[in-house]
Amino acid sequence: MTAPVTPTLLYLDNVTVSFDGFRALNALSLAIDHAEMRAIIGPNGAGKTTMMDVITGKTQPNEGTALFEGTHDLTALDEAAIAELGIGRKFQTPTVFEMHTVEDNLLLALKNKRGPLATLLSRRANQERERIDALLERVRLTAQRHRRAGELSHGQKQWLEIGMLLAQEPKLLLIDEPAAGMTDQETADTADLLRDIAKSKAVIVVEHDMTFVRDLGVKVTCLHEGSVLAEGSLDAVSANERVVEVYLGR
Amino acid sequence: MRTHSLFDRQTNLVLSLLAAAAILVPAMNGLAPPGSALHLSDHLVPLLGKYVCFALLALSVDLIWGFCGILSLGHGAFFALGGYAMGMYLMRQIGPRGVYGDPILPDFMVFLNWKELPWFWYGFDWFPFAALMVLLVPGALALVFGWFAFRSRVTGVYFSIITQAMTFALMLAFFRNDMGLGGNNGLTDFKEILGFPVQAGSTRIALYVLSVLALAGGYLLCRWVAGSTFGKVLVAVRDAESRTRFLGYRVEHYKLAVFALSAMLAGIAGALYVPQVGIINPSEFAPANSIEVVIWVAVGGRGTLAGPIVGALLVNAGKTWFTAALPEFWLFALGSLFVFVTLFMPRGILGAARDLWERSSQKLRARRSPQPVTHAAE
Amino acid sequence: MRVAILAALTPSPFKVHFMNILRTILRAFVLLLGMASAALTGPYEEALPKFANDSYADTDTAIGAVASSGNPLSIDVVEALRDGRLLIGAGQVFIRRVSGELTNAATGQVWGNPAGELKAVRVNNRVRRSIEAALGSLTLLSADAAKRLEAAHAVFRSRDEAVLPTLEKAIAQEGQTHVRNALENARAAILLSKQDALPMQRLAAIETLRARGDQEALALLSNLPSNAPPDVVAAAGKAAAGIRSRLTFWEAVQNVWYGISLGSVLLLAAIGLAITFGTMGVINMAHGEMVMLGAYTTFMVQELIRSQAPGLFGASLLIALPLAFLVAGSVGVLIERTVIRFLYGRPLETLLATWGISLILQQGVRTIFGPTNREVGTPAWMSGALDIGTMSLTYNRIAIVVFAFAVFAILLLVLRYTPLGLYVRAVTQNRRMAGSMGIRTSRIDALAFGLGSGVAGIAGVALSQIDNVSPNLGQGYIIDSFMVVVFGGVGNLWGTLVGAITLGIANKLLEPYAGAVLGKIALLIAIIVFIQRRPRGLFALKGRAVEA
Repeated sequence: MTAPVTPTLLYLDNVTVSFDGFRALNALSLAIDHAEMRAIIGPNGAGKTTMMDVITGKTQPNEGTALFEGTHDLTALDEAAIAELGIGRKFQTPTVFEMHTVEDNLLLALKNKRGPLATLLSRRANQERERIDALLERVRLTAQRHRRAGELSHGQKQWLEIGMLLAQEPKLLLIDEPAAGMTDQETADTADLLRDIAKSKAVIVVEHDMTFVRDLGVKVTCLHEGSVLAEGSLDAVSANERVVEVYLGR
Repeated sequence: MRTHSLFDRQTNLVLSLLAAAAILVPAMNGLAPPGSALHLSDHLVPLLGKYVCFALLALSVDLIWGFCGILSLGHGAFFALGGYAMGMYLMRQIGPRGVYGDPILPDFMVFLNWKELPWFWYGFDWFPFAALMVLLVPGALALVFGWFAFRSRVTGVYFSIITQAMTFALMLAFFRNDMGLGGNNGLTDFKEILGFPVQAGSTRIALYVLSVLALAGGYLLCRWVAGSTFGKVLVAVRDAESRTRFLGYRVEHYKLAVFALSAMLAGIAGALYVPQVGIINPSEFAPANSIEVVIWVAVGGRGTLAGPIVGALLVNAGKTWFTAALPEFWLFALGSLFVFVTLFMPRGILGAARDLWERSSQKLRARRSPQPVTHAAE
Repeated sequence: MRVAILAALTPSPFKVHFMNILRTILRAFVLLLGMASAALTGPYEEALPKFANDSYADTDTAIGAVASSGNPLSIDVVEALRDGRLLIGAGQVFIRRVSGELTNAATGQVWGNPAGELKAVRVNNRVRRSIEAALGSLTLLSADAAKRLEAAHAVFRSRDEAVLPTLEKAIAQEGQTHVRNALENARAAILLSKQDALPMQRLAAIETLRARGDQEALALLSNLPSNAPPDVVAAAGKAAAGIRSRLTFWEAVQNVWYGISLGSVLLLAAIGLAITFGTMGVINMAHGEMVMLGAYTTFMVQELIRSQAPGLFGASLLIALPLAFLVAGSVGVLIERTVIRFLYGRPLETLLATWGISLILQQGVRTIFGPTNREVGTPAWMSGALDIGTMSLTYNRIAIVVFAFAVFAILLLVLRYTPLGLYVRAVTQNRRMAGSMGIRTSRIDALAFGLGSGVAGIAGVALSQIDNVSPNLGQGYIIDSFMVVVFGGVGNLWGTLVGAITLGIANKLLEPYAGAVLGKIALLIAIIVFIQRRPRGLFALKGRAVEA
């Protein structure tokens, strides 16, 4: 594990996003350390997805700061540039290239030159092959290597997408509801995988499934109406009166 | 990989068929005596050449629609621009043999009382320059238009509609006499190409063979592009654009590159088309033409490369037959074809054939292997 | 005296019939006046012999003298001269009536066979101009107001100074305001160009012309005689500037009106599309053919009325409206049920399939009705024009503008206040939720598509009035309609309204500078660039709903 260059990897401060007067994010502030795993919880409409949109450059905030590694201003960059900085994102519904084989999905995700000319003239190297082999092993898809991604099961697609994120060799992974639609066993395995990943990379997991969050055993941030409501261990957050109020109603 | 072996077999097949077409047609026209069952009459040669040009145009549409999911309803414009570039060369070759006998000015300019050649006609008397323009003019238009469109993330039907507006605007522009490109009548009355008389049977054979070679070249180029990582990125953009973006690919650069490449292929098709039909006029820009190309691709099977060739040949042969035998019914047939293909054969003839082939081979494997292939529930 | 003359001039009162007597009395009555002046040997009688000289110069002077004499025969003389019926012979002047009768020009009396041979007085161009001016001045005093008005306009154009006295007289006795205005305009025109007019008169003339304020007045004011004093020149310049700005204003108003008119046509064509594309997301390339079906329905209705009940022709368009809605609407529902419903969520395929349907419909109509334009008549109440300022608004254009806005308003109300509208909006916003609430979404799809198509059909009724009813009618509107909907913002009827009117006005304002074709091209390019800057149009929905 490399020594941290700056104290925080991701730094959001006072980020506000509004759509037609509706504030999806309201002065949100958040800091993620190198190789830290953080779980984000919150009811629907709390701003979880919008926060990811801001971090990955899909949405421009109306105001606020979003810094990566202390120097890169995320609000000024587009999706592709942010991805190249080392931020990977997994969507809520698994999104893979269904017509491509599992292997090709990973190949496209590998950290390589992304320009049209480079991809047009690229040749497959043995080195790449080894990396793909290792990734397939890690997300348990070696046997599916030549199948079309569209033919995989829901859980396999989730894992393939995580594999693609790993292939990007990012410094920060944003993972939206990885356990959705998975069997209990798959959910437990996914938690293991994420914990393993978090040994070397920072991970932000958005999840509704409290068992899963407990399994992860990490610091939890609860969002509500676009800002941070509570932060701490899951037990502490669940004990927080305001969190209970938001989740259960008065 | 499975798909690759199919592709390679397909490539070989397409290339052999094209080679056969390039050899057989001249042989049947030149060697077989007139009257024999094998003889191909003179008027059929340019007709076949026309079909081949259409096939190349369809291939160019397939490259962006089939692989990148961009439906351009303006590819007729790139085809026509390539055609005009060639037409300008052919006009300059007429020299003093025009009706008015002006050594420099084409007839229509003399007719309009123009005194000198407009600046954009300079250089077109030199074939290499004209040939370069055949590529550059459609390519540059695609780059400029695409740069605006893709950068602002104009996608889907919006893109289709504005490309249609683009070709419509160009049609209106080229209808104007002031445009300096022959107005309504376009460019015609060509005499010579590279010193050979355009009307001569041997020139026509040569143009036909060139068109077939261009189609084969275009096919190989598209095959190479589609097989490269670049091609895989295109398919990725087609199937999950935002996923591709979040992987760090600049999607608009890819779209721009493939749009320009496709436009240049269409330009080549237009340039080969014009000397064979002997005229280029603004009606080539008509939006209906561009949509018709799309249906050739859909009939043959988009995303298959061989499909658009098959589709273009089939539909155009059908058109020739219908307009001669049952002119009233051609539009009914074409219209029904649009509806039928989109409803019942969305992957086209080749797509359906491939599906069938894959399913049967899967069944075969399933029967051979002791454990059944488990299909994931979706 | 009267009796004496009568006795002297009638050959024999005993031999003639009653009718003859009457005619004679009448003729005598005319002659009486002539004789009265003859007795005084007025300018008329003095001038008349000059015609006999048959020299152009003399004829010219004679015309002026005759015209200003006030003699009632003078009109006849000048008209006869114009038509080559003024004859001379034996030093006397005769008029050959149109009926063939020969009369003495001096007395108006019928003349038997003249002694010698008669020949017509010759005219040249100079003489002809004098004739026109003289006739202008003569008819100025006509008893018929319409003739006086016409004469006033003629004098305004000819600006013949010689008419001035007659003109003054005519103005003095004129009773009708609009004729008096025309006469005063004519006087002003003469005074302005008259070399020796007083500055006062000229200033008054300038004021009159300024009030007239049209292109002709402007031309007069800009061509002052070279000797005009500076203050007159200044006043004329000021008046001309005033007229120019007035004309520019009206021209702008006219262009805006043309723009609104074009915009309302675009609105009619696009409004159905705003429903099918805008709210349902269905690209219907056969939309133009729905318009065409509406136009052909109008044609059929008129054919039926012509053969069965010609009296109803004035109401033919009103009868055609519901029928066109039904015809196009049912075809729309049919298309939705048989093709489009299998293609929801696949917009590009929908586009291709509906294009195919448009080809089939076009060819179908061509096979049934033939490829040529069919004649759709305009009811009497829609022909004619309304004049405002310097512009003229034709009633059919006004009707289309009003109709377009009415259709828009009705559609807005239908979508906002009827259950169908509620369901359509519900299905548009959240199909699955609407389904779970018990709305039959597939039925709503069909109805909404039928509604959009039906509206296109009634647009066809209106467009049949201004466009050629041919199988290609719809093709001309499809690109424009899509431009309007996309420009205005998808899913927003107000956007369609603003988009249509904006594009219509922009088109008409561009036309004078760029010409019709270049203007259209410029606009297309502008829209393409606009869509690229704001891909979701003028009135875009924002926020999460769009992202989903």
